[in-house]
Amino acid sequence: MLDFKLDEIEQSGDFYTRNFQPTPEENKLVLNMGPQHPSTHGVLRIILEIDGEYILRAEPVLGYIHRMQEKMAEVKTYPQYLPNMGRVDYLHALAWNWAYAGAVEKLMGLEVPERAEYIRVITCELNRINSHLLWWGAYLLDLGAFTPIMYAFADREIVMDILQRITGSRLTYCYYRFGGVSADIDQKFINDTREFCKYMRGRFPIYKDLVTDNIILRKRVEDIGHINLETCRKYGATGPVLRGSGKPYDVRRAEPYSVYDRFDFEIPVYDEKDALARYLVRMDEMEQSLRIIEQALDSLPEGDYIHPKTPKNPKPPKGEAYFAVEGARGKIGVYLVSDGSKSPYRLKLRSPGFSNLSLFAEIARGTLLADAISILGSLDLVIPEIDR
Amino acid sequence: MINLPLPLIQILIGLIGILAFVGLNGLVLVYLERKIAGHIQRRPGPFEVGPHGILQPLADAVKLVGKQLITPKGADSVLYWAAPIISFAPAIVCFLPLPFGPKLTNIDINVGLVLILAFTGLNVLALCLAGWSSQNKWSLLGAARDISQSVAYEIPLLLSVLPIMMLSGSLNLYEISTSQGAWPWQWHIIYQPLGFFIFFICILAETNRAPFDLPEAESELTAGFHTEYSGMGFGLFFLAEYSYMIVACAMASILFLGGFNGPIVSGWWWFLFKVYALLIVMIWLRWTYPRVRFDQLLNICWKWLIPLSLINLLVTALFIKL
Repeated sequence: MLDFKLDEIEQSGDFYTRNFQPTPEENKLVLNMGPQHPSTHGVLRIILEIDGEYILRAEPVLGYIHRMQEKMAEVKTYPQYLPNMGRVDYLHALAWNWAYAGAVEKLMGLEVPERAEYIRVITCELNRINSHLLWWGAYLLDLGAFTPIMYAFADREIVMDILQRITGSRLTYCYYRFGGVSADIDQKFINDTREFCKYMRGRFPIYKDLVTDNIILRKRVEDIGHINLETCRKYGATGPVLRGSGKPYDVRRAEPYSVYDRFDFEIPVYDEKDALARYLVRMDEMEQSLRIIEQALDSLPEGDYIHPKTPKNPKPPKGEAYFAVEGARGKIGVYLVSDGSKSPYRLKLRSPGFSNLSLFAEIARGTLLADAISILGSLDLVIPEIDR
Repeated sequence: MINLPLPLIQILIGLIGILAFVGLNGLVLVYLERKIAGHIQRRPGPFEVGPHGILQPLADAVKLVGKQLITPKGADSVLYWAAPIISFAPAIVCFLPLPFGPKLTNIDINVGLVLILAFTGLNVLALCLAGWSSQNKWSLLGAARDISQSVAYEIPLLLSVLPIMMLSGSLNLYEISTSQGAWPWQWHIIYQPLGFFIFFICILAETNRAPFDLPEAESELTAGFHTEYSGMGFGLFFLAEYSYMIVACAMASILFLGGFNGPIVSGWWWFLFKVYALLIVMIWLRWTYPRVRFDQLLNICWKWLIPLSLINLLVTALFIKL
């Protein structure tokens, strides 16, 4: 009983829907996954053309949470824009804080005190663990396991409590300032963080036994979503996606910033190129983050937590600067052009999620619908970061 | 005074009793499921409505009944609303031949087992109709998944039940129950451990429970065949799912675990105890495992369960003949 008319369909929907060009294949179903699908983690929309449950074409449609972050920078002063960075990627907000603060510091030639660098390392790594934990829970939710996300949230809660005392917020942090951080850490922070490191080390074996080694999970992630290095290169994939494809590229090692060159940590790499490799990279990264935090706490120097002569309203000299940090999802880059005024002339945000999502269209082709969801989850997408 | 024939009165009373039983059990199961899920996930579960949230399922039911019934644009409204009823009605019939206790059988018919297997099969039709008439592509995919899943898993289910028929020599569920003794070592599960294992996996798949909940895989197909249903349309599917779970676990306890027979004093309490123990295992599994993929699900069935149940059947037949 198809009682709505064809021209009615043609007039409905947005620009993309009206101008959608299906592939010429016969016997296919065009399916809209999102923007309100439980597995797209936000408002990502993917147009699928499927034959049975096999995907012929998957096309991501972006822009549902576009907030003009880059344009906003041009109309705000440098410090006014700082809170925006916590909203770009709400899961690893501190890395974005860092990328922006780093770019401005580079432009101004501002020296960051050593203690501030250490504090940045500790808090950023704590935030990275937080981000990976949420990914872990959400990914398993995609695969149909409901329980792990609750355990992940219980662990996240500890980190959020620790960071809340220092930064004042729980998710969208705005903690880094030009030339340092907004508040010093105290003994309670150090003790809590040490305790958390010990606690978290005890959790990983449990998660490995219960979840990672589960045969159903293994079958769902093994040999699924192969991404070879050539594809990674073409789309500019970074982070755990690239490291899961066998390339040990990490900004913290490749272009060392801050004090990362002083710490002893490993870059987890897996050669399998599948979803399991990306899964294991993230699980190992959390352990490495704990190592970095403990080392940083051991060698925490005394001194200022912010450069004493930071101008309240900086006017960086004319010029441009690029600063990259390693976020939980990959390489975060901020490219800043200044014309010597109070606000940036142009700001470009390089979000890793955008590059990582771009390759989805290629690797999802020919897979089953359930596998496509597993692949999508293994890319660890944060939609606000992709749309910016 | 109208002279109603005795069997009709018996059936009517039975149906009313069963409806009450199903409704009550639905409420208890919703509460159990949410509470167990909560404790597995390190949280208390429902806690606000009544002491320890005990009235929560009642509040949920009232909410569901009160909700507006929406028929989606372009849906075939007759089939669309028939589907939840077709799903729920056979579940009631399935309770008729179940021997709850030594004297608590509604209709003591000699093909009880076949009757239950036949009526549970009707559920596939309902889910197929629901998926087809919803005019929603996700529902359609869910229905397609459900059909191939149910059809595939019905085969090992039947094959694992056959050895029990051979052992007890009857299709009457009451006689199957009484052919087993009071103590666990006198139950059929001792002779049929593999059969019980296959049967349990099959009922998980037939009732669409995790890890085989593919037709309603939330993270893949939004909600599968019942994506478009609101209010009691969804409520009936929900109730039907729980009813089939109870029927399936009742079957498992009658066929393999001695039914109402139990140590010390046999009776309906042993039957309910066994049914609920199995239900709790089902809930426990749901909140522990990820979902399998569709081809894996069918592989488990065609490559493992069917050959194993055939071997089980042949070996049992051989031993009985000897």
